[in-house]
Amino acid sequence: MTVKTVRDADGDGVPATLRIGGKAVIYLLLILWAVICLFPIYWTITTSFKTAPNVMKGALIPWVDYQPAWLGWRSLGLSPETIGASSTVREEFMKRFMNSVVTSVASSTLAVMLGSLAAYGLSRFSYRFGFMKNADISFFFLSQLILPPVVLALPFLVLYKQLALLDTRIGLVLLYTLTVLPIVIWIMRDQFSSIPTELEEAALVDGLSIWGAFFFVILPIALPGMVASFILSLVLTWNEYFFAALLTSTHANTLPVMVASQTGSQGISWWSMAALSFAAILPLIVIGVLLERYLIKGMTAGAVK
Amino acid sequence: MSQGDLLHVVTDDDISGARRRFGHGIVWASAALMVAVAAAQYAQERGLGDFGFQSWRPTLYAYILWAACLCWSKVLIYGEHGKRTLFVLPAALFVISLTVFPLLFGLVIAFSSWNLASPLGRQFNGLDNVRQMWADPFYWNALGNMVWYTLAILVEYVIAFGLALLLNAEIRARKFFRVAFLLPLMLSPVAVSWMVGKSMLEIRFGPIARLARWLGWENPSFFGSAETARFIIMALDAWTFIPFMMIMILAGLQAIPKDLTEAARVDGAGPWNTFWEIVFPLMLPVSVTAVLIRIIFKLKLADIVINLTAGGPGGATDTVTSFIFREYRDRSNVGYGTLLAMVYLVIIIVFMTILMKLAERLTGPRT
Repeated sequence: MTVKTVRDADGDGVPATLRIGGKAVIYLLLILWAVICLFPIYWTITTSFKTAPNVMKGALIPWVDYQPAWLGWRSLGLSPETIGASSTVREEFMKRFMNSVVTSVASSTLAVMLGSLAAYGLSRFSYRFGFMKNADISFFFLSQLILPPVVLALPFLVLYKQLALLDTRIGLVLLYTLTVLPIVIWIMRDQFSSIPTELEEAALVDGLSIWGAFFFVILPIALPGMVASFILSLVLTWNEYFFAALLTSTHANTLPVMVASQTGSQGISWWSMAALSFAAILPLIVIGVLLERYLIKGMTAGAVK
Repeated sequence: MSQGDLLHVVTDDDISGARRRFGHGIVWASAALMVAVAAAQYAQERGLGDFGFQSWRPTLYAYILWAACLCWSKVLIYGEHGKRTLFVLPAALFVISLTVFPLLFGLVIAFSSWNLASPLGRQFNGLDNVRQMWADPFYWNALGNMVWYTLAILVEYVIAFGLALLLNAEIRARKFFRVAFLLPLMLSPVAVSWMVGKSMLEIRFGPIARLARWLGWENPSFFGSAETARFIIMALDAWTFIPFMMIMILAGLQAIPKDLTEAARVDGAGPWNTFWEIVFPLMLPVSVTAVLIRIIFKLKLADIVINLTAGGPGGATDTVTSFIFREYRDRSNVGYGTLLAMVYLVIIIVFMTILMKLAERLTGPRT
């Protein structure tokens, strides 16, 4: 369900002053909440350009309250003067960053592939696996959403230790796929059920096989849903902390683990933490701003009939 | 979900006996291989001989081979019908192997004492863990906290509804506000707990602390007392997840036919009456879905707590997940933690089942 502009012809019979007053209140509230949403991000960006005295003063506005410096970014090896030179900190950061990218993209891709197939099958054919029919199979998939990660965490820790999958990207990818799969199936089921079966019937008459019809006829139509579920999965897996903290130690650490491991240390260097946090959230801010439409589509799938 | 065959496909499969036998053959052969590898590994584990295994990976590979053979055999044996099974089978196998096995395995661990660091390995200890859990005030405290955290969803829901109404009003720059309101959901809770929790709430110079001082709170301390600390965790979690509910409610609001509200206005209903008599009842199904999903996510709450307060002060902010996490980190006893998690799972399943039944009753007649 894409969000469309809805016009509300308000103000019939309401005095003009009251109407303007109501408008003002609405805008005031909107701006207030926008500030609540955006200020932490602003604060993080500005803090990453502060030096120690500026932080202590609680300076707010760059160039007015304080002179921006590259301190925070230098400590990550990402400031203009250090970007050319080799830096161990930056390598460390890039390694974590790449771990995050690889695990989240790989698991989202895998989940969208498995989930779309399953959702398509469930929306088109009737199955019988033992006592389980379609509704039961769907419920089985969706019920995984309820399963709290902590239940799986310790058994997985032990299993992964035996399988030498501890502290590997593959191990994380498998688990992340599992956690987002129900969401993908939820979204895709909604998507496929909105596509009429006449399309496949026509394709089958034209001589395509079931899989051919699926790949060449249905998938292109269902693409928006796939993008939506991919992005939602990406957000969830990129931000995942619990499994990553438990199952990785040195090689496959993701960014959230890196951010978390810096917080407890003595004498926090605010500027570098701010730079690190901002670097960790930046990719998703970009995605959120550019692909907001798909995110909304993903989140509202199945909610409104 | 419909039960009937939505897509009727006429198939003229003509599967030879040899092909069918081959299909059965590969399944059994790969299964036999898997059992053989697993047995060899088990034997090595027991010290009955050295087969040169480094880890249990070979068994995993054998399992994957078996799963692939199973999928292939469906096509070999059932032809066109097997190809349909192939849509669901990979996902089903994936989920079963990654949840059902670990859960069964977890049941075994739950009744044993197993310190991963100690050379003794797993030791079955019967109901000791249950007794320990019964007497563990911190676990019950964490469960109690979960009740508070879950109740906070009602407040989140009211705020989310309000924001959705605002976004649904006739405003300029709707897209800007929508994106801005959505952003908190995108941010990593770990980064948020640092950005907001550690930095903005810093007592000396954090902007929120300064605001609190300006408002007349002499000595703002956010994590000193149990109540404020819990409130901060609730507020942070609400901050990240309100957009989620808001978007769902907004979609619901925009699906309401304009004629309805129009007709109410013509009949002389004020905005207040229109909302309570028409909009709110119509929004009930969407609201219930949003709240249910939100509860599911809330029950997993951990990362903010782990990073911000580590459960303190005195366990006041502990969630079950963060408590088990620390329990494992501090004592690395897998058995006890698993039992706690299993009990939590049972509670959740019972709770969610009741809740879903209630929700069905609440929304059933209307939809």
